[in-house]
Amino acid sequence: MPRVKVARKSTAIDMTAMCDVAFLLLTFFILTAKPKIDDPSHATVPPSTNMAPVADANMMTVSIGGDKLFFSVTEQDVRAEVLKDMGTAYNVPFTPEEIQRFSLTQVFGVPMKSMKAFLDTPPDELKNFVQTGIPADTTNNNELFNWIYKSRQAEKLLHDKDLQMSIKGDSKEQYPEINLVISCLEKQKLFKFDLITALKTAPSKR
Amino acid sequence: MAELDTSGGGKHKGGKIRSKKASTRVDLTAMVDLAFLLITFFMYTTTLNKPKAMNLVMPDNSVKTSQLPVAASRTMTIVLGSHDKVEWYMGEPGKTPPTVDGYGASGIRKALIDNAKVVAATHAAPDNTMEVLIHPSDKSTYNNLVATLDEMSITNIHIYAIVKILPMEVDDLKKNGIY
Repeated sequence: MPRVKVARKSTAIDMTAMCDVAFLLLTFFILTAKPKIDDPSHATVPPSTNMAPVADANMMTVSIGGDKLFFSVTEQDVRAEVLKDMGTAYNVPFTPEEIQRFSLTQVFGVPMKSMKAFLDTPPDELKNFVQTGIPADTTNNNELFNWIYKSRQAEKLLHDKDLQMSIKGDSKEQYPEINLVISCLEKQKLFKFDLITALKTAPSKR
Repeated sequence: MAELDTSGGGKHKGGKIRSKKASTRVDLTAMVDLAFLLITFFMYTTTLNKPKAMNLVMPDNSVKTSQLPVAASRTMTIVLGSHDKVEWYMGEPGKTPPTVDGYGASGIRKALIDNAKVVAATHAAPDNTMEVLIHPSDKSTYNNLVATLDEMSITNIHIYAIVKILPMEVDDLKKNGIY
């Protein structure tokens, strides 16, 4: 009786379809990708059931973490313009390189007097630079007030738009610190703003 | 994994020498590997859960316009204390003793829903919605404030405001040990 011969098949698989799918997914991820912004405030936002998405453009954000205030504006050209304005207001002249560095800094929390040192720190040593937070008080002329005010001016000048304001607070932050930021906004007649929260599943409405 | 040459070669005995037909199939394994590696990278670096925003409108304190009179009996005041506790009372401060409550479904949410029902039942039709005043104390956290504002949207209360806390309310919080 002849032995049954098992036909030897090639081990190679047709990869074309798999390759197509892989690149399709890759394209999707590249197009939707937004790199994580390195936030020095390390604020863990409180959960809420609100579903409104946060705008990606024309936004300024005050982050509150560890009793320190941090500030960020989404537009690069606005950032550069604001630093120039703040430099003249606080008598700190900045070089074009420093302005360039600043326009690439997403979030910062340093007072004006140590801003130059912050911008002159090489990028690889920036992790060790202790950001002490932007000084703020209840007067009409503190640094946080001016950052917000001059950002709005610059936005109006460069894009003729209004900046949307948002507050990103750490959930364990005490209320006086939040109130300080809100009063800074109220003083320049900003009464509408967003509180950034994480998503929590909503309970069923009765 | 390379493609096996299955064309059989063939013997060129006497016949014409023909150039071997090369297979048009390319080995895609390495390319797929690379594509999946990049997919993994992009999946890890993108923020999939985008943060959400809660709109907050503060009362305009710059203009002193004529304000609408509001019945005290329709007003509920929530005082945010420490240790994730709240105090609430209906009407004017000091007239009714405040109730100490917690956050969440069985705490302040239940109080809000119950009080709104009472207000709706005891007042005439157009003006029977409850208004809420939120008084955060200095010992309350940002989480407490957001949780309270969130309860407003959960319980469908449209008229609410964040107002400065009164000194007598601070005393009351101290008395109840949540300041």
